[in-house]
Amino acid sequence: MSSVIEQPRHFCALGAGQSVVAIERAIPIVHAGPGCAGKLWAGLSFCNGFQGSGYAGGSAVPSTNTGEKEVVFGGEERLRGVIEGALRVMDADLFVVLTGCTSDIVGDDSAAVVGEYRAKGVPIVHAETGGFKGNTFQGHEILLKAVIEQFLEHGPQTVAGLVNVFASVPYLDPFWSGNLEAIRELLAGIGLEANILFGPGSGGVEAWQRIPAAQFTLVVSPWVGLAAAELIQERFGIPFLHYPVLPVGAVETGRFLEAVAGFAGLDAEKAGKFIRWEESRFYWYLERAADFLLEFRYDLPGRFVTVCDSIYGLGVSRFLVNDLGLLPGEQFVTDDPPVEYREGISRLFGSLAPGVSAPVTFTPDGGTVRARLLNTRHRQPPLIIGSSWDKDAAADLKGYQLSLSLPVTDRLVLDRSYVGYRGGLRLAEDIYASILGSYQ
Amino acid sequence: MPLNLELSEAPIRENRLGSVTGYNGTAGELCRRSREGTLRERERSFSQCATCASVTAICKLAMIRDAAVVNHGALGCAGDFANFNFVNRAGQARRGRPLRNANLINTNLLEHDIVFGGGEKLREAVREARERFSPRVIFITTSCASGIIGDDTAGIAEELEKELGLPVVPVSCEGFRSQIWASGFDAAYHAILRRVVKPPRQKRPDLVNVINFWGEDVFSELFGRLGLTPNYVVPFADIDQLERLSEAVATVQICPTLGTYLAAGLEERYGVPEVKVPPPYGRDAVDNWLRELGRVTGREKESEALIAEERARIAGELEELRGRLKGLRAFVAAGAVYGHSIVAVLKDLGLEVAGATVWHHDTRFDHGDPAGDTLDHLVRSHGDVAMSVCNKQSFELVNMLNRIRPDVFVVRHNGMSVWGAKLGIPTFLMGDEHFGVGYEGLLNYGHKILDAVGNPAFVRNLARHARLPYTDWWLRQDACAFMEDEP
Ligand code: SF4
Repeated sequence: MSSVIEQPRHFCALGAGQSVVAIERAIPIVHAGPGCAGKLWAGLSFCNGFQGSGYAGGSAVPSTNTGEKEVVFGGEERLRGVIEGALRVMDADLFVVLTGCTSDIVGDDSAAVVGEYRAKGVPIVHAETGGFKGNTFQGHEILLKAVIEQFLEHGPQTVAGLVNVFASVPYLDPFWSGNLEAIRELLAGIGLEANILFGPGSGGVEAWQRIPAAQFTLVVSPWVGLAAAELIQERFGIPFLHYPVLPVGAVETGRFLEAVAGFAGLDAEKAGKFIRWEESRFYWYLERAADFLLEFRYDLPGRFVTVCDSIYGLGVSRFLVNDLGLLPGEQFVTDDPPVEYREGISRLFGSLAPGVSAPVTFTPDGGTVRARLLNTRHRQPPLIIGSSWDKDAAADLKGYQLSLSLPVTDRLVLDRSYVGYRGGLRLAEDIYASILGSYQ
Repeated sequence: MPLNLELSEAPIRENRLGSVTGYNGTAGELCRRSREGTLRERERSFSQCATCASVTAICKLAMIRDAAVVNHGALGCAGDFANFNFVNRAGQARRGRPLRNANLINTNLLEHDIVFGGGEKLREAVREARERFSPRVIFITTSCASGIIGDDTAGIAEELEKELGLPVVPVSCEGFRSQIWASGFDAAYHAILRRVVKPPRQKRPDLVNVINFWGEDVFSELFGRLGLTPNYVVPFADIDQLERLSEAVATVQICPTLGTYLAAGLEERYGVPEVKVPPPYGRDAVDNWLRELGRVTGREKESEALIAEERARIAGELEELRGRLKGLRAFVAAGAVYGHSIVAVLKDLGLEVAGATVWHHDTRFDHGDPAGDTLDHLVRSHGDVAMSVCNKQSFELVNMLNRIRPDVFVVRHNGMSVWGAKLGIPTFLMGDEHFGVGYEGLLNYGHKILDAVGNPAFVRNLARHARLPYTDWWLRQDACAFMEDEP
């Protein structure tokens, strides 16, 4: 397996700066070379559904723009200068200093510098995210850990029904804000209050400060966010529920809500009522689509292939199998999950539905994916659900393609969500729009 | 100073062209001090993210049709791959070529490689690039990480070149080496000049190299009337085209900030004359430029005729536009000479330019000819203008825009226009660098500005709801408060 990466679908740990941008009124301070923040913004935000600068992302990100001088003599003084300036110039409730390759290789003690300011009462956190420390998913976890350890305090009274949520990774998942809002609505439907931490209306630092007040933490992902949930448990004694599959469509969302309701100790009947109501709506639409799905005379896809991170890969393939009745081809998992989680992920792909399993390949390298796709015999045109990189392979195979994983340069993304009952319907609409579009 | 193509890497602009990223004053003063050699860098104690040489080097190399780029760094350095892939596909689509992804690989340096060296991964990446793309040339772009840990990129390139039997060309563009991101253009051109361009097999008296980005093909029509053909480089070109850059009768560029190194190199090494006068934006500059192009290519008569015809053709419409644009105040933010060009165009259209900021300033160009001093030309033909140099520092920009409140804000760099919009100022990004070229370009700009101010609903609504990430304190300060005094 190649260790180099063509067609990247995530970036380095420093990409966590975009997670900071996703916290309302929080501002990243990047201690790195002059191009890092801009490149990561281009990759994670602009070329990923054209998500834009937001409050203080894009060109507004304070950065030390490390040069030769800092590389040779160290960059701690420079970092102090930029922090001082940021405190006066930028209007924020929380600053997060993130380090890049240059400062971490030359060995600046950025933690100590940031500590000086924190000691003075400045709301500022330090995350060691030198690019070589890992990928953006790992960087996101480093950031979560940093904020939890350095910013949260004990104290708030437990609020019954309050749930900390770790699911979509901001910006990296182009639909993150819509997805998180959808999770909030689903939880509200069964009587829980979600603390979604990122995105519009999430509450900014106040939401983060409420983390220790939650009844429990919910991790909706095969692995990302688990470390944060464990840390919260350890520090604040808050239990967590790990639900490894993103709930897309009726079948998985029903299971998901039942699991959450069970864990929260909610009245099963109340949750059941909400599930039934949403299901009846979902099936009203699906039933309507049945004529088209059964009678469309031209090619509908043969097997589907996902080329996504493990969060989407599992959620989307379960939906396609369970709700739309499609069959899976090979599934490519691109987020480089830590080895200890791979078996679990493979097992989940191995039991998408009774009797339906899919082979999984773990690789962050798009070139490997392309080679495998082109070397596979496809009896019918495949449906490739991945990123804009996969358009060429889809065209070569005369297949269909939908971009929902980074990079997404063929769609503008606003508040669309693929989570829940409504998210499933959206995904069905988008998949068949792409197929029908190919006939026009 | 002549270029030294024997060096393994191009000297950065700070050292070669006396370039700076901090200045505040007027265009006239900036010009005078550049000539006198008294301009000094003003560093900032607070800064926001800029751009690095790796971006600009990859920008030039990623779209060469039959080359591949191996980006030797941590995966974040590949953050712009998708962007250049998008630009590349858009360019292919416009040119009616089949759409294909750009040939780009990153070596994904991780902790282990930082400690033990990234050489093995680099070898693997180059071999994979060969295997996957069958390119004619493989460029290796370096990064901060590969540079600091001291990977022997040049040595490995040489070794792989022998092994694979095709040029494997190192491009030294570590972000930390230069605060002037345009240094990355030079790094790419240096590699092309040294390793790709070949001595001419046969001179082509009608071929003119056009150093550009990805603009619409406006030169074919213009050049066609002089019996010349444009040879656009570097994006969308193939290696064969680059090998034969030496065969052209002349080199022009849409902006000497972009192409100074390549144009000078082609003239020095292969005697391809560079058209050194300011690029063709604004009526006087276009006249001047066409005359010079005519002189260099032996088409004086044709170019005089073209000038006369075109001037007559646009006269009526230009007058009308001037009438409609009168009284509008503009602010410009763009990269060095491109900024001078936009100011010239706007002034020609009769707008008041209330200020301009340029991303850096080169005190000279590689050709060393004062006739090419765009700033001097601007000040002499259009009068002085307030000008600052800021390497994409949006806090300074917002401060200035908030104070000046122009009627229209013209930008050339992504990620900057949103700040004008959040202030409720009609704003546009000029993504196509050819849009303002020539006589027609002048009219293009006039209409574009009228459109921008014609319906401000979007920006006005946005401004009502947007919050700026700046403190009130900052908005009251001088925009250059964080620029240190000159040493
Ligand atoms: S500044 Fe250095 S580490 Fe950052 S993107 Fe540029 S080359 Fe890569």
